[in-house]
Amino acid sequence: MRIVGARLEHADSHTLERFLATGGNNALRKALLEMTPEAVAAEVLTANLLGRGGAGFEAGRKWGMLRKAKRRYLVVNGDESEPATFKDHLLVERDPHQLVEGATIAAYAIGASLAVIYLRGEFALGLERVQEAINDAYRIGALGRDIFGSGFSVDIVLQPGAGAYICGEETALLESLEGNRGFPRIKPPYFPAVIGLYGDPTIVNNVETVSNLPWIVENGGEAFKSLGSGRSTGTRLFALSGQVNRPGVYEVEMTKITFRDLIFGEEFGQGLAPSRSLTAFIPGGASSPWFFPEHLDLPLGQDEVAKAGSMLGSGSVIVMDDSSCPVRSAWRIARFFARESCGQCTPCREGGTWIDRIMERIERGNGREEDLDLLLDLCDNISPGVVWPPAQTTICVLGPSIPPAISAAISRFRDDFLLHIKEGRCPHA
Amino acid sequence: MGRFEGELLVRAEKVAGLYPDPRSAIIPLCHLAQEQDGYVTEEAIAHIAELVGATGAEVQGTASFYDMFKFEPVGEYVIGVCTNISCMLRGGYGLLEAASSTLGVPPGETTPDGMFTLEEVECVAHCDKAPAVQINYRYFGPVDSEGFAELVGQLRSGELDGQIPKHGTLGRVLRDAPPLIPVEEIDAERARQDGEREARAASREV
Ligand SMILES: Cc1cc2nc3c(=O)[nH]c(=O)nc-3n(C[C@H](O)[C@H](O)[C@H](O)COP(=O)(O)O)c2cc1C
Ligand code: SF4
Ligand code: FES
Repeated sequence: MRIVGARLEHADSHTLERFLATGGNNALRKALLEMTPEAVAAEVLTANLLGRGGAGFEAGRKWGMLRKAKRRYLVVNGDESEPATFKDHLLVERDPHQLVEGATIAAYAIGASLAVIYLRGEFALGLERVQEAINDAYRIGALGRDIFGSGFSVDIVLQPGAGAYICGEETALLESLEGNRGFPRIKPPYFPAVIGLYGDPTIVNNVETVSNLPWIVENGGEAFKSLGSGRSTGTRLFALSGQVNRPGVYEVEMTKITFRDLIFGEEFGQGLAPSRSLTAFIPGGASSPWFFPEHLDLPLGQDEVAKAGSMLGSGSVIVMDDSSCPVRSAWRIARFFARESCGQCTPCREGGTWIDRIMERIERGNGREEDLDLLLDLCDNISPGVVWPPAQTTICVLGPSIPPAISAAISRFRDDFLLHIKEGRCPHA
Repeated sequence: MGRFEGELLVRAEKVAGLYPDPRSAIIPLCHLAQEQDGYVTEEAIAHIAELVGATGAEVQGTASFYDMFKFEPVGEYVIGVCTNISCMLRGGYGLLEAASSTLGVPPGETTPDGMFTLEEVECVAHCDKAPAVQINYRYFGPVDSEGFAELVGQLRSGELDGQIPKHGTLGRVLRDAPPLIPVEEIDAERARQDGEREARAASREV
């Protein structure tokens, strides 16, 4: 079942011609000419479309929280920089018109005065493709004044980022969009829907979330909800990477396949290299707690994964086989977060740096046995109790994203750590 | 050099006019400065400040937060080798070492001829093509040591000129659309639409 990826089978999926030949803008016409904004929002609420950016909040419910005010904004989050996440990258390069159509539908539903698509700065081709799609939309009357003669007008502006993972966090993104350093804002207010861009109510939605809207408008919220099960409705893009034979982005109906299917299935990852075995996998991006072979039969569903102690997050599955060093993997993840910390909160800024250094010395064979307790203590300072979902002492959840990899690696691969320390080198090197 | 001139000045003024608050143009304008000069010069910062109504220190303060902005000359080609988790699991560090020996400079430095700057970068969202490389933000992968040497050869010979513009040029597609709808016009339209919305809600209640 393909929804957001339906057009990707065509090599020219990014062109206006292919877009229009495959039902492009049908949903936008339907929304603007036959539906009220409330009716569009009601379909999205019925669909139970969970946000695809990481937190998994229902899009319809978020829209409902929009504070009543004269001016409101829509901001599409295309900053995608969570390690091993590359699904939005695919969507912006390969189906940019669908994104623009979805953004225009969202802008109509919430009555946005202006919509901004914020794209990661490193997506040079994506920036070209999305700008082209925006230009096309203006040219054919699908954007700007009086769209398709409906009386509804809106502009979309494309904004490039400039290389800062933290700007994916929605309040940091808004700061960046206002021309500032990407410092996450102090909560409350918890949602930009209350105070967002320039202090006005703002809906921030992920690229994949928004790309689902045309299908939902065309086919109805019930049809979307009939796919998947429980709270996990519709399909999702899963980005599979690491030590697996066929890494890639796979769109699957939610809850209908398991991690085993995704990693080993013939139509998906096709398993590991010959004579290798799986030691661990990360189910939802670098910040999610690790899973192990005993979790392989869990279905790809938001609540199913949460109940097992991790998260589906950004839908990125990272596979590690027995040739890799778990200490090194955990270190590399911690190093990323330490480097990307914006520095506002002491536990994140200092804790991340310390953990990075201690992990490095263990991996290089200079560690001490006390380092394991020290690491766990530092984790506890960043996220008290090192529980899942994480407790927070920081402004945003970048800080609490550091402990999961460290605590998983220590509890599961303690012997590996000890071997590094005893032998004074990495046993996998 | 430095201040925007000619066609770039026209573009800069357009960009500054795209937002309810011109300060929102700071990041796009820093990219434009890099497109002109390869890096963000002090003169460009001063000019951006004038265009958006901020101080130079404010523009500098914003720009210095972001990894993509360079404040001194870099190579014509900035080559990023990803060593983050998915690339690491597929030889990213080995590739970084090979890249370093091919170019003869450690990560973070520029070759003496000013052609290449090598960088170790974080995940560039190309993880299914690991290990991934970006050259002036154009994607390659999976790349091995021989493949890397070959790429460098092609860059030197100019074979990739059409595909990879010089450092600083991001999207080559410019906004081609009517001027933004004045916000007062949108406000009036939304006020009318909100009125209709409330009327519909009221008629449902009856
Ligand atoms: C450190 C951090 C990085 C994030 N990066 C992204 C990102 O790159 N893209 C994204 O859509 N959401 C990202 N998020 C989540 C956003 O804050 C926000 O929840 C999301 O964009 C909302 O869209 P959705 O409800 O459609 O998922 C990030 C959150 C945190 C804390
Ligand atoms: S948790 Fe880290 S990244 Fe988030 S606001 Fe605090 S210091 Fe910045
Ligand atoms: S980890 Fe290298 S591109 Fe994602």
